[in-house]
Amino acid sequence: MTGTDTVLGAPAERREGREKVTGAARYAAEYDHPGRALAWPVPATVARGRVTGVDARPALELPGVLAVLTHENAPRLGEPDDPALSVLQDPRVPHRGWFVALVVAETLEAARDGAAAVRVLYEAEEHHVTLSAADPEAYVPETANGGYPAVTEHGDPDGAFAAAPVRLECAYRVPPLHNHPMEPHTTTARWDDGLLTVHTSSQGTSAVRAELVRLFGLPEDRVTVLAEHVGGGFGSKGTPRCDVVLAAMAARHTGRPVTLALPRRALPAVVGHRATTLHQLRLGADAEGRISALTHEVTTYSSRVREFVEQAAVPARVMYAAPDSLTRHRLVRLDVPTPSWMRAPGEAPGMFALESALDELACATGVDPVELRVRNEPETEPDSGRPFSSRHLVECLREGARRFGWAGRDPRPRSGAAGPLLVGTGVAAATYPVLVSPCVASARALPDGSFLVRVNATDIGTGARTVCAQVAADALGVPPERVRIEIGDSRIGFAPMAGGSAGTASWGWAVHEACVRLTRKLAGHTGGLPEEGLAAGADTSDAAGAKSPWSRHAFGAHFAEVAVDTVTGEVRVTRLLGVFAAGRILNPRTARSQLVGGMTMGLGMALTEGSTMDPAFGDFVESDLASYHVPAHADVASVEAYWVEEDDPHLNPMGSKGIGEIGIVGSAAAVGNAVHHATGVRFRELPLTPDRVLTGLLDHAHPPGTLGV
Amino acid sequence: MDSQHPSAAPASRPAEAAPHSETTLRVDGKPHTLTVDHRRVLLDLLREDLGLVGAKKGCDHGQCGACTVLVDGRRVNSCLQLAVALDGSEITTVEGLGTDGEELHPLQRSFLERDAFQCGYCTPGQICSAVGALAEAASGHPSHVTDPAAPSGEPVPLDRAEIRERMSGNLCRCGAYPRIADAIEDVIP
Repeated sequence: MTGTDTVLGAPAERREGREKVTGAARYAAEYDHPGRALAWPVPATVARGRVTGVDARPALELPGVLAVLTHENAPRLGEPDDPALSVLQDPRVPHRGWFVALVVAETLEAARDGAAAVRVLYEAEEHHVTLSAADPEAYVPETANGGYPAVTEHGDPDGAFAAAPVRLECAYRVPPLHNHPMEPHTTTARWDDGLLTVHTSSQGTSAVRAELVRLFGLPEDRVTVLAEHVGGGFGSKGTPRCDVVLAAMAARHTGRPVTLALPRRALPAVVGHRATTLHQLRLGADAEGRISALTHEVTTYSSRVREFVEQAAVPARVMYAAPDSLTRHRLVRLDVPTPSWMRAPGEAPGMFALESALDELACATGVDPVELRVRNEPETEPDSGRPFSSRHLVECLREGARRFGWAGRDPRPRSGAAGPLLVGTGVAAATYPVLVSPCVASARALPDGSFLVRVNATDIGTGARTVCAQVAADALGVPPERVRIEIGDSRIGFAPMAGGSAGTASWGWAVHEACVRLTRKLAGHTGGLPEEGLAAGADTSDAAGAKSPWSRHAFGAHFAEVAVDTVTGEVRVTRLLGVFAAGRILNPRTARSQLVGGMTMGLGMALTEGSTMDPAFGDFVESDLASYHVPAHADVASVEAYWVEEDDPHLNPMGSKGIGEIGIVGSAAAVGNAVHHATGVRFRELPLTPDRVLTGLLDHAHPPGTLGV
Repeated sequence: MDSQHPSAAPASRPAEAAPHSETTLRVDGKPHTLTVDHRRVLLDLLREDLGLVGAKKGCDHGQCGACTVLVDGRRVNSCLQLAVALDGSEITTVEGLGTDGEELHPLQRSFLERDAFQCGYCTPGQICSAVGALAEAASGHPSHVTDPAAPSGEPVPLDRAEIRERMSGNLCRCGAYPRIADAIEDVIP
């Protein structure tokens, strides 16, 4: 039997799995064209100013160095959509780490030595890199990332807050965070007779091609962008980054194929990061915890290169019923690297703040934190008033509580002492919007009984190949073994990137449509198939591009157990359990991996991940993997992900919501709330590193002035 | 300093002008004799000279473990090993783990079965590291979490905590850690 029960929804193994475990999978640096040269960038060493001179001779005298590209000799580029791609076009240095030269050489060693030998002179200007909510240059932008209005206001939030019996006002801080995919941003570029071909580590080849077309002034059919395997992205490869532009320029300049793999330490400055968010939250509620007034105000920064506003106050527009509310974003432009997307931009830091505040409200009112959230469930989306297409947050909370063993929890802080350890538990909710974009796909029935499905999806580790093949097999009514799938090639046609948790919905919709059309065509066909087969195509611009009358979001609930060492201040997450309502789960095997992965990144956000902008040098202090601590094996004891069945007819033909990002949303708050339960201390600034926790514990035990120090 | 630079790049001097030495390595059972730039690390020799790209470059600084291979049976970060210093060594990469090119190593099989990876970039390093970790435990190497009272030199039984500790030099940004630990547990005899 074929059909939905056995094909779509089956835990199919990753199609490219064998290549990945045997080392046969090829990533962007691994296309060794004859005569290929290697490139190495030279980052600016001032935070603001201009390059006054570049002496390339010491580099060019080194054996093996082929060329040094600078703003003086690099190919002139057209106007990009993203100004951060205007590299080596002028002497301006908008932030430290901005690339001011590129060395191309016969070997990696020569390129690296050459980069160290280039002498760059600057005229440095005074820089301003420190974010403060009181910055006089802070302004309210028109929109935040995702096109959301920067401000929403309902009723009289100030009046309602003043009138509320329970009033809570707290400030939270989430530090800069780095995506750090395991594969650095990498491109291999070559030119053949005016045709540009790049293998690039990107989340979407259509967007890369569009920028290369603009930059190099080429017709679309002269640019091919390939991304067969991509070693993670987490937002930082959502749009092209400077590696692809520099590699293409270097290849044109030298007439050789060129590979540029950005050095790890260069990434924080040039591939985007999550900007600091400063949160001001006010909750007014009655004695039973029913929220009447909600204010979430976020101050964040962007660079001088372009405006990017982390939309961290947006989830507060969706989560809880609050008749009087205000959400607002404020922005300060600084001489810092340009922030961009990092897994669940907006939701991840925003829900840390909001869900921590909910926990504070639970403590203030004595209402169980699970119950408090249930009590504040809205009937329709609070901001727009639109009905939810489906919302099963309460089911996630209840199911999570059951699985976690929440019932009978002693709510008193410090009630779980075990020797030098303080053990506590916490809960937080999660949400992520349902996004979907137009896409094209084709399906071809071949005489040998197989099918070829082509869609320009990108598999950054999500299992895109596998799930798109499942969607196709389901629509065609054939076993998935008979479906071949081709992805990651701009020649296939337009497709959105793997991002916004929208990949499967967008690509899958087009695949489904193409396969349904092919099935109809086959039903009307008599006799054998011609040699080239029978094909059908689909373009979902109308259907997927249409505005929905529904408020569409995935929801979830995280439960965390922590053990806090009172001697060292170390926090260990002993258990992290999430339950999600994300529509239909199309492949439970790959879905669980993605959800667990998101939760793990949330664990890192809670405990170890944080970057510091050095005010003197204007540089991130933690710029490599030795100083910026992503979770390691030893940090991850038990992470479990589950989901509740959700049948939502208002999404797409598969009935799926996205799952790539919701795992990170709220998980840090669950950990923080558990730390409060364990210690009685509320930490409002991430990450919860031992220095911070130990100081908090000491202050708690010995209020200022009582310790004699 | 002179800010002018030549309008046309001069022809580069040959890369061979940098110090080189002849070095012989056995890689996945095959001998290779190469003239190696003294600055070349094992990782770049594998990837650039031999076309064995299974070992990955994640950080180039020994911080992420993606480049892990086995040198004379012991796991190393190949980005930190100068190739010229390894003359006469036996190297095993992820490409050489399977028995005859067709058959997967039991760990490769268990990684597939457990879905112990997503993007796959850290995977060759995780697998090679696991091979090394299992051998270390079998030959009695203790780890940070090994019971200090355990008999010295005896094989160390690997529970979850031991696996996690011993694998902590291999980062996975996709967060496949629980599945990786499952996959390693599956092959423990």
